Amino acid sequence: MASEPQQEFDQAPAIQKSPPVADRSETVIRIRDLHKIYKMGDVEVHALRGIHLTIQRGEFVAVMGASGSGKSTIMNILGCLDRPTSGSYFLEGQDVSALSADEWAHIRNRRIGFVFQGFNLLQRTSAVENVELPMMYNGVSAKERRARALRVLELVGLAERCHHLPNQLSGGQQQRVAIARSLVNQPSLILADEPTGNLDTKTSEEIMVLFQNLNGQEGITIVLVTHEPDIAAYAKRRIVFRDGLIISDSAGEAAAAP
Amino acid sequence: MLIMAFRIALRALARNKLRSFLTMLGIMQEQIASLGTNLLVILPGTVTLGGARSGSGGRQSLIPADARAIMNEIPVVAGASPVLRQGQQVIVGDQNWGTSIQGVAPEFQQIRDWQVREGRFINQADVDSTAKVALVGETVAYNLFGEDDPVGAVIRIKKVPFRIIGILGAKGQSGNGTDQDDVVMVPYTSMMKLVMGVTYIQQIIVAAVSADTTQEASTQIAALLRQRHKIRPGADDDFTIRNLSDIAEAASNSATVMAVLLGSIASVSLIVGGIGIMNIMLVSVTERTREIGIRMAVGARGRDIMLQFIVEAVVMAASGGVIGILVGIGSSNLIKYLAALPTLIRPEIIAISFLVSGSVGVFFGFYPARKASKLDPIDALRYE
Repeated sequence: MASEPQQEFDQAPAIQKSPPVADRSETVIRIRDLHKIYKMGDVEVHALRGIHLTIQRGEFVAVMGASGSGKSTIMNILGCLDRPTSGSYFLEGQDVSALSADEWAHIRNRRIGFVFQGFNLLQRTSAVENVELPMMYNGVSAKERRARALRVLELVGLAERCHHLPNQLSGGQQQRVAIARSLVNQPSLILADEPTGNLDTKTSEEIMVLFQNLNGQEGITIVLVTHEPDIAAYAKRRIVFRDGLIISDSAGEAAAAP
Repeated sequence: MLIMAFRIALRALARNKLRSFLTMLGIMQEQIASLGTNLLVILPGTVTLGGARSGSGGRQSLIPADARAIMNEIPVVAGASPVLRQGQQVIVGDQNWGTSIQGVAPEFQQIRDWQVREGRFINQADVDSTAKVALVGETVAYNLFGEDDPVGAVIRIKKVPFRIIGILGAKGQSGNGTDQDDVVMVPYTSMMKLVMGVTYIQQIIVAAVSADTTQEASTQIAALLRQRHKIRPGADDDFTIRNLSDIAEAASNSATVMAVLLGSIASVSLIVGGIGIMNIMLVSVTERTREIGIRMAVGARGRDIMLQFIVEAVVMAASGGVIGILVGIGSSNLIKYLAALPTLIRPEIIAISFLVSGSVGVFFGFYPARKASKLDPIDALRYE
């Protein structure tokens, strides 16, 4: 599901200036010696101190760490929302750290799906219209938008509630809508930032099972940030950040190299 | 996505009512009714008695022969008619009606463009024979005869019986609101002799052959009358020539002043309205920072966000414009019927006001839209 209909979407007319078509190799993320320094007045905050990370297609990775460990920073960089100070970030073999803001928007639209802690759905907008939102920006026809939105809503088990507004849905249902939205453009990668942070234990479990199914059955690559070990346990691979470095990786990849 | 932007924008529209009201001022245009611009009115001069000067027309210096001379001797004059007016009670059977009696010549019909709805106008034979004949205006006919046909009936003016020979076509109200149909017309000779008992006439109304020759006619009439009245060079005229086109011009000047005034109010309103739009859009951008963040996260480019907000501003402004146009048309018609002021709705003005209000949206929507498009998606997503 992740790869075969992609060609058809790449022909969408809305975006004239497409970045070079990435090679859809098995390596989704390749990060080398990544640094990020924030300047706050005179103080320099070294958020990332040289990260090396490779994520293959079909992986389900949990990124853990205390607040301030750099896990939010790496998520922003992975999501093409923030630029590293130095180092390289290849997304499906393409160096994306040097692209323009518009090219980033294009990548976020096609290749990355976001799931947030606070769901971030548009209020007063029905579930199905929320799911259609990413397709508003790549020229998919109204008819196909609706069809694809309904398909992914069914995938997350919300088909019968597609015309409800966010405030008529429970937290778990809202997060399912958000997951459907992240899936609708067939991205290479789903970035989930504390997706269960606002949910109770039972609902959290349901959402994690959904992620597991999407990963196991649909082969979708998922990177998930959490600080709860229970949640991280659902992932196949766990990476722990501390003070801007990776201090442990269950896949056994080399830890921090200063 | 334009449609999406339009739909979102329509929701915001309800917040904005003031501008709509103000915009309408821009589309009301006043038009002064057409007064003949080739008309001249000659009035007798003033009389000075012991230092007190009577108003214009105080003298009794004009006679019917002056009118005839003007018509016969000046080529650029198309027609001239003596005019006498007096308010009188008109009696028919047990009905009576106070109206304005006008003594005129046959030429008067053409000069003032009167239609005769029924019967005929006064002719030269009536004038020559001091005939006791009269035409009645619509208002008089209705008030004295109701639904009955007045032609052939006899009315009494100052106890003199006049036979009705025709009904004048309706002219409606004049520019200053008087009912032009509340009138009875008789030959000027009959008016002088039978009604007023005078040997002079109150004024001469003259039509030049065209609007261009009105000034020339005025000059020649002045020369002719000075000669006829034996006024020595250097002495004052014993008459006044009034150019009705001057009156029309004055009226149209005041209409221009009015239009400029309304236009200025409208421009100020547009700026005020535009700043209103800008304010609301700025508030909207702040309120919807999170929405902007979400849109950017799912792939909206800066220009997509900018387009959305500009479209919203234009929709608001243009809708305000449409409401303004509708209210303007409505109130313009209301003014026409209530205040009896002639108003005119010009299609090009409507088109211009629509374009202007749309442009106001683009102009004042630009800054907030740009601000929205420059937001950092990380900050926007975190915004509470």
